Amino acid sequence: MSLIAVVTIFILAVFVGLEVIAKVPQTLHTPLMSATNAIHGVILVGGVIVLGTAHDTLSLVLGFVATLFGVLNVVGGFVVTDRMLEMFKRKPKKGNDNAQS
Amino acid sequence: MLSREAIDVIYLLTAVSFMLALKLMNGPKTARTGNWLAAGGMTLALAATFFLPGIGNFQWIALAFVIGSFFGVWSARRVQMTAMPQMVALFNGLGGGAVALVALVEYPGLFSPNSESVMPLGVRLTTTILSLLIGCVSFSGSMIAFAKLQELMTGRPIVYPGQKVVNFIVFVSAVVLMVLLATGGMAPGLFFGLLALALVMGVVFVLPIGGADMPVVISLLNSFTGCAAGLAGFVLGNTALLIGGGLVGASGLILTLDMCKAMNRSLSNVVFGAFGAVTAGALEASSHTGTVRSYSVEDAAIIFGSANSVIIVPGYGMAVAQAQHVVKELAAKLQERDIDVRYAIHPVAGRMPGHMNVLLAEADVPYEQLFDLEEINPMFAEADVALVIGANDVVNPAARYDKASPIYGMPILDVDKARTVIVCKRGMNPGFAGIENELFLLPNTIMVFGNAKTTIAKLSSALDSV
Repeated sequence: MSLIAVVTIFILAVFVGLEVIAKVPQTLHTPLMSATNAIHGVILVGGVIVLGTAHDTLSLVLGFVATLFGVLNVVGGFVVTDRMLEMFKRKPKKGNDNAQS
Repeated sequence: MLSREAIDVIYLLTAVSFMLALKLMNGPKTARTGNWLAAGGMTLALAATFFLPGIGNFQWIALAFVIGSFFGVWSARRVQMTAMPQMVALFNGLGGGAVALVALVEYPGLFSPNSESVMPLGVRLTTTILSLLIGCVSFSGSMIAFAKLQELMTGRPIVYPGQKVVNFIVFVSAVVLMVLLATGGMAPGLFFGLLALALVMGVVFVLPIGGADMPVVISLLNSFTGCAAGLAGFVLGNTALLIGGGLVGASGLILTLDMCKAMNRSLSNVVFGAFGAVTAGALEASSHTGTVRSYSVEDAAIIFGSANSVIIVPGYGMAVAQAQHVVKELAAKLQERDIDVRYAIHPVAGRMPGHMNVLLAEADVPYEQLFDLEEINPMFAEADVALVIGANDVVNPAARYDKASPIYGMPILDVDKARTVIVCKRGMNPGFAGIENELFLLPNTIMVFGNAKTTIAKLSSALDSV
């Protein structure tokens, strides 16, 4: 890809980011932060490329750690966000309410 | 096999899924779908990546995926709702670490003559160096934020003489190293120097910031990691990274600025202000008159018994004590007596934006009872009781008039306008901003000391005999 194409894509992505977020209600700020946190885990793609093309031990080890970190970021991020959002759903009965007084 | 074009189309689909996901996050009903849509997009992008030319080492990739998924799901399921902020900080730090590692491995390859990239070497060098720097800052900064929130270290700002000078030297050295690296040839020594310096930078950046400002810091570091991932996309010529990173970089910044706005402070004040470090002097100097009136839960229950409307103001103390369920029970008992119950949510109550909303949602408190600052403030004058549970700085009246106060100008919840203010608090210690709160000395304020969960539970049972 040419430099200008890459810069164009990046700048447009930044503007989309600015626009879609501006309307999120405060209630959803924590899940939103958590979801965007999971999305930047897309660096995992980079980790896989590095690990997948590693030819020496050092790159292999570094790529492995990068991929591991990326997987943790992505999987943990999405699961945690889902747990938060699940709570916003109105439950018909308080089934798993484990409150003790 | 997939062609390069097919892979790029899949990356485009991933990018679209991320954008739609953020769009769906606008409403509580669609947010969950949005989250899974983004997860689906991510899976697609990963699947496509395996088909890129030259990808091998599948046994290692599989191993990393198995270990990472296991611990990712395990920790995400196990974490308490109250520990969510540090969990996000930790995952964010790992993401930052991953970016830095990718940059680290890519660096020597930039100089290889058979590189297929058409981008000028200077651009590839600059973006690699920047993504290393930002990734490292995000990694070490997030780890310090995690340690502060997990109380592995003090949550108070850590300041020392000459701190600004040290920070300035660290920053300038990093810039010099970056310029040298971007304009010169391959220099592994300088590169590792920058790596070490960037890690130090993350630490010194977060150390002077107090626990109350951690939401802003995590949000900012989240934005950093996004930018770094986007920059890594430049080097790898990968559109999924470019767009995903750019989206997160931009949205994280907007969220950060929103949070600063809610506190009526500038981003630079949050980051460089060492907010709350000036405690001792300010505490001694303040000469508030009035006495603290401490009530037993039984006496407090009587006040609730004769109230018609109650506004509950939750804060970090409720989160720490895991008191959201007992608070909900107390509210239910009050409602059985036909007492109107509302919750006042300050934008920066707790340690994350919307922290209180998540906790109360966990306890099944209906949205309709939650009110934002602007909506609820006029209602305090009509309320019989304002029940403050472990909140402090967000209800400090000094923010309205005391120009010397570090929180001067921050919009607060006007709890002091209620007929009676009942404050449930562990002790008279100042909040995370480290300043005394004159609210506790007002004639219409009653203090009930104790852990939020036990106190509210006792209050709730004491109410039965009123």
